[in-house]
Amino acid sequence: MDDGSLGWWGVPLAVLAGAIRISTPFLFVSLGECLTEKSGRINLGLEGTLVMGAMTAYAVSYGSGDPWLGVLAAGLAGTAFGALHASICGLERVNDIAVGIALMLLGTGLAFFLGKPFIQPQAPQLPAISFGWWSGSAQVRSALQVNALFLVGLALAPLLLWGLRNTRWGMVLRIVGESAEAARAMGYKINQVRLLATACGGFLAGVGGSFLSLHYPGSWNERLSSGQGITAVALVIFARWDPMLCVWASLLFGGASALGPALQSVGVTQGYYLFNAAPYVLTLAIMIATSSSRHRLAGAPAELSVTR
Amino acid sequence: MGNALRFSRRSVLKTMTAVGGLGALGAGMPWTSALAKDLVIGFIYVGPRDDYGYNQAHAEGAAAVKAMPGVKVLEEEKVPETVDVEKTMESMINLDGASLLFPTSFGYFDPHMLKEAKKHSDLTFLHCGGLWTPGKHPANTGSYFGYIDEAQYLSGIVAAYSSKTKKLGFIAAKPIPQVLRNINSFTLGARSVDPTITTAVIFTGDWSMPVKEAEAANSLIDQGADVVTCHVDSPKVIVETAEKRGVFCTGYHASQATLAPKGYLTGAEWNWAKVYTDYVKMAQGGVKIPNLVRGGLKEGIIKTSPYGAAVSDAARKHADSVKATFMDGSFVIYKGPIKDNKGNSVIAAGKEHGQTDIALESMNWLVEGVVGSLA
Amino acid sequence: MDRIMNALAALLTALVVPGAALLASLALFGAFVALVGVNPLEVYELMYRGAFGSWFSWQNTLTRAAPLILTALCTALPAQLGLVIIGGEGALVLGGLAAAATGVALDGAPVALVMGAMGLAGMAAGAALIGGVGALRHRRGVNETISSLLLTYIAIAVMNHMVEGPLKDPASLNKPSTAPLAEAYQIGPLPGMDVHWGLVLGVLCAVAAWVLMSRTVFGFAARMVGGNPRAARMAGLPVGRLLIVTTALAGAAAGLAGMVEVAAVHGRANAALVAGYGSTGVLVAFLARQNPLAVIPVAILFGGIGASGGLLQRRLGLPDASVLVFQGIIFVVLLASEAMQGRVRLFAPAPILPAAAKEA
Repeated sequence: MDDGSLGWWGVPLAVLAGAIRISTPFLFVSLGECLTEKSGRINLGLEGTLVMGAMTAYAVSYGSGDPWLGVLAAGLAGTAFGALHASICGLERVNDIAVGIALMLLGTGLAFFLGKPFIQPQAPQLPAISFGWWSGSAQVRSALQVNALFLVGLALAPLLLWGLRNTRWGMVLRIVGESAEAARAMGYKINQVRLLATACGGFLAGVGGSFLSLHYPGSWNERLSSGQGITAVALVIFARWDPMLCVWASLLFGGASALGPALQSVGVTQGYYLFNAAPYVLTLAIMIATSSSRHRLAGAPAELSVTR
Repeated sequence: MGNALRFSRRSVLKTMTAVGGLGALGAGMPWTSALAKDLVIGFIYVGPRDDYGYNQAHAEGAAAVKAMPGVKVLEEEKVPETVDVEKTMESMINLDGASLLFPTSFGYFDPHMLKEAKKHSDLTFLHCGGLWTPGKHPANTGSYFGYIDEAQYLSGIVAAYSSKTKKLGFIAAKPIPQVLRNINSFTLGARSVDPTITTAVIFTGDWSMPVKEAEAANSLIDQGADVVTCHVDSPKVIVETAEKRGVFCTGYHASQATLAPKGYLTGAEWNWAKVYTDYVKMAQGGVKIPNLVRGGLKEGIIKTSPYGAAVSDAARKHADSVKATFMDGSFVIYKGPIKDNKGNSVIAAGKEHGQTDIALESMNWLVEGVVGSLA
Repeated sequence: MDRIMNALAALLTALVVPGAALLASLALFGAFVALVGVNPLEVYELMYRGAFGSWFSWQNTLTRAAPLILTALCTALPAQLGLVIIGGEGALVLGGLAAAATGVALDGAPVALVMGAMGLAGMAAGAALIGGVGALRHRRGVNETISSLLLTYIAIAVMNHMVEGPLKDPASLNKPSTAPLAEAYQIGPLPGMDVHWGLVLGVLCAVAAWVLMSRTVFGFAARMVGGNPRAARMAGLPVGRLLIVTTALAGAAAGLAGMVEVAAVHGRANAALVAGYGSTGVLVAFLARQNPLAVIPVAILFGGIGASGGLLQRRLGLPDASVLVFQGIIFVVLLASEAMQGRVRLFAPAPILPAAAKEA
C-alpha cells in the first residue's frame, strides 16, 4: 500500500466507483422514462434529449458561470423535447416509437449543430461532495467523490415510487397507462396526462445529460453519449417499471462499464472489446432470463406499445 | 425550451466569431468562385476540427495555409472513412475545383484516396500517415508523417522526474504499431531516467470515447499512476480528468496546457503548419512534390509543448539535452539491447533502428516495463 | 380503365401529404438556418446542386442511397408484423465481417462461386442476428426493439475483436482489418456510371420484399399477424414461423448491405463498416411508412441530403450536423403529418375502389 497502489483490490473499487460515476445519467434517464412509460407511452427520443441536455448545460454553464443554471437549462430543454414528443404522439395515428426515433435524431442533430462552439471552451463544473474523509486511501477518497445529482437521483427513486403508489397524481398516471378507455370513462384527459408525464421524463433526461457534460466525464463533445440514453430506456424494461429497480439496474450497468478499464489497469488487456461489451451482454442476458412469452411482464403498463 | 435554446443560440453567434476556426458560420460568407490562378486546396477531417487533438492539429495547419496568398482552402469535418470521403474528395474536385487534397485521417488512404487518385491522375493527393510505397502507389499521391515518438520519449523523461509512485499511465485507442511505438518510446524515455518505472496501458478500443477514456484515467490513477498520457484523437477529457484527480499529465497531438494549468508537464505536438505551407509553396512554385515526407523534431514536423510550471530544473535540463541530440540527428531511441515485457529480446545488443528504419513501422511488442499485453 | 385511374388518384393522394410535409420541413430548416445568419435561399440552392444538380451529384446521391435501401428493409420487413427492429447496423457489420472472411478463405476459387458464397455468408450472418431477435421475441417475449439494439452493440464489439484478433491481416498495420479481397472478387461500378452494383441489388431486394409482402400468401399472413396477432393465432397462422422467417429475411437484407460495403467499397472488413447506415436505414423505413417500394425513393432522398452536406459545410460554413437537423425536421414533420393522412382527398374515388383499404 505504501506505493499508493491497490493491485487487484483496485478492480472492485473501480467497479464501485464506476457504479457511482457512470450510473447517474442512466439513473435519471431511466427514472424519467419510467414515469413516461407508466403513462402508457414510450419515448425513445431520450437519447436525443440526453445529448441536447448535455450540450445545453455545458453552454449555459460556460456562458453564465453557474453550473447549476446549466442543469436547470438542460432540464428545461429536456422538458421541451418531452412536450414535443407528447404533442406529436397526441395526434391521431402517430406511432410513439417512430416519434422517439425522430426526436433522437433531431435532438442529437441540434445539439451537435448548436454545440460546435462549445467543444473547446471549459465550462464550470458541478462540485462533488466528499464522502471518503474517513479513509486514508486517496483512491477510496476519490471513489467517494459523489456528485449531488447522483444523490438527488437516489432520493428521487423512492419518492417516485411513493408518488406513483400513493398520490392522486400517481394513480391517474397509472390508470392512463393501464387502460386509456377506463381513464377516459372516468373523465381524465389522456393526452394531457401523458404530456405531463413525458415532459417530466424529458426534464429528468435533460438533467441526466447535464451530468455527462458538467461532471463526468465533464466535457462537451460529440462522442459524449455512446448510446446512454437509449440504453437507459432498455434498463426501464429490465427494471420492470419500478423506480427502485431502476436504481439497481443503473448501478449494475455503471459498474459493468467500469469493469473493462479496471481489469486492463491491472494488466488484463486481452479481449477488451468483449469486456467493454459486458454491460450490453449482461442487460440482454437478464432480459432473456426474466422475460416470458406466456404472460405480460409484471409491472408493465398495459397501454405500452412495446409490451403488447 | 425557449430560454435555454435562445440563450445557447445567442452564445453560438457570439462564440462563433470568437472561435477562429468556425468564424464563417455567423458571417454566412458568400461563395466567390476561386480565381483561375488560385490554388484550391481541400482538407478533410475525420472528427471535429476543434477537438484539442488530432483534427485540431491538422486544422491549425490548414489555418496557416489559409493565410498564404493565392490559395483557396476548403474544409470538411466529420467525414467517415467510407464512400463518404471518396465523394467528398470528388465533390471538392468537381464542384469547387480543388487540385490539391489533404485527406488527413489514417483510414482515408486505402482504398478511398487511392481510388480517387486513380480517377484523377492530374491532381495531387497527400495523405497523413506515411503509407506511400514507391511502385505500389500512384505517382500523384504521397504521404507525410512525423516521428512523434521522439517527443513522447522526451515526455517520458519529464514524466519520470515528476512521478513519485514510479508508475505511469497510458491510455491508448488501439494496439496498432503507431500507438505501440508511442507507448514504447514514452516508457523508454522514462526508464532512461529510472529503470524501475513502469507504464500501465489501457486500450479503449476506439479513437474517441470520452466516458471510457475518463474511466481509464481514473482506473490508472487508482492503480497509483501519477503521470498519465494518451494516444487518442482528443486528449481533452483525459487531461481534464488527470487535473481533477491532482496528478500530472503530458499531452498529445496539440497543446492541452490550458486545460490543466497545474499538472500539464509537456506534450508531443504535430507541427503541420510547416508541412502544409511547405507543400503549398512547392505546388505554387511548380516544384515537383516529393511522395514521401517524414521527419521528427529535427525537421520541425514535431514539437514539444513548453514545460509546465511543475517541471523541475533537473527534468528540464535532462530533457533539453536529449532534445538537442534529436535536433542534431544523433539520438537513436531503439538501440539494443531491448527486451519486450515478456522477457524476449526484440532488439539485440549492438543493433540499432534509426527513426527511418522500416522495421519500426510494424512494431508489435510492448517494451519491458509496460504493464499490459496485446490481444 | 377506371381501376387504373383510381390507382393513380390514390397514389397522387398518398403523395400529397408527404410532399406537403417535405415542403414544410424545407421551410422550417430554412427558418432555422436563417436564425444562425445564413440565407435559406442559398442553402436550398446548394442542397439542390449537391444532391441532384448535376450528373455527378446524382451519382453521389445514388451511391449513398445504395446501402440505405438494404438496411431500411431490415426495419420495414418486420414492421409488417408489427415489430420495431433497430438492429440493422449490427446485421450490416456482422454481414460484412462474414462476407470478408468467406471471400478471403475461398481465395482462388471461381469468381461467381466466391461472390455467391460471400453474399450468402453476409446474409446468413445478418439473418442469424435479427432472426435471433425474432426468435427471442417469440420464444421468450423479449422486446425486439431493445434486444436488437443491444445485439448491435455486441455485434460491433465482436467485429472489432475479430479484425484486431483472430481475423487480423498482419499486414494491416495501423488500420486493423481482415485480409483484403482479391481484386476479382470486388464489386465494380455499373456500366457508364460511378455507382456500384449495390444499388441494383438494393432495388431488386426492395421489389422482392414488396412482392413477398403484398402479393403472396406469406405476406398476407404476416400482415395479418401485424394487424391483429390474437386473431392471427386463432386463425391458426404459424405466428412463430412467420415471425422468425421475416426477421431473418430482414437481417439478411442488412447482412447483404454489409457484404456490398466490403466487396464494393472497402475491399476488406474493418471498423469503418460502422458508418451509421443501419441507423439511417431505420429512419428511411419509417419515412417510407414501412413500404418496401417506398423505401427506394426515400433512400435516394436521404442519399441526396447526405450528398449535399459537404457543400453546406464548405460554402456556407454550416456545421456537418446540418444534415442531421434537416433529417430530424423532415422526420418529425412527416410523422406529424400522418394525422392528416386520409383526410386529404383530391379526387372523388370511383365506386369500385374499396375505400382505399386504409384503416381509419
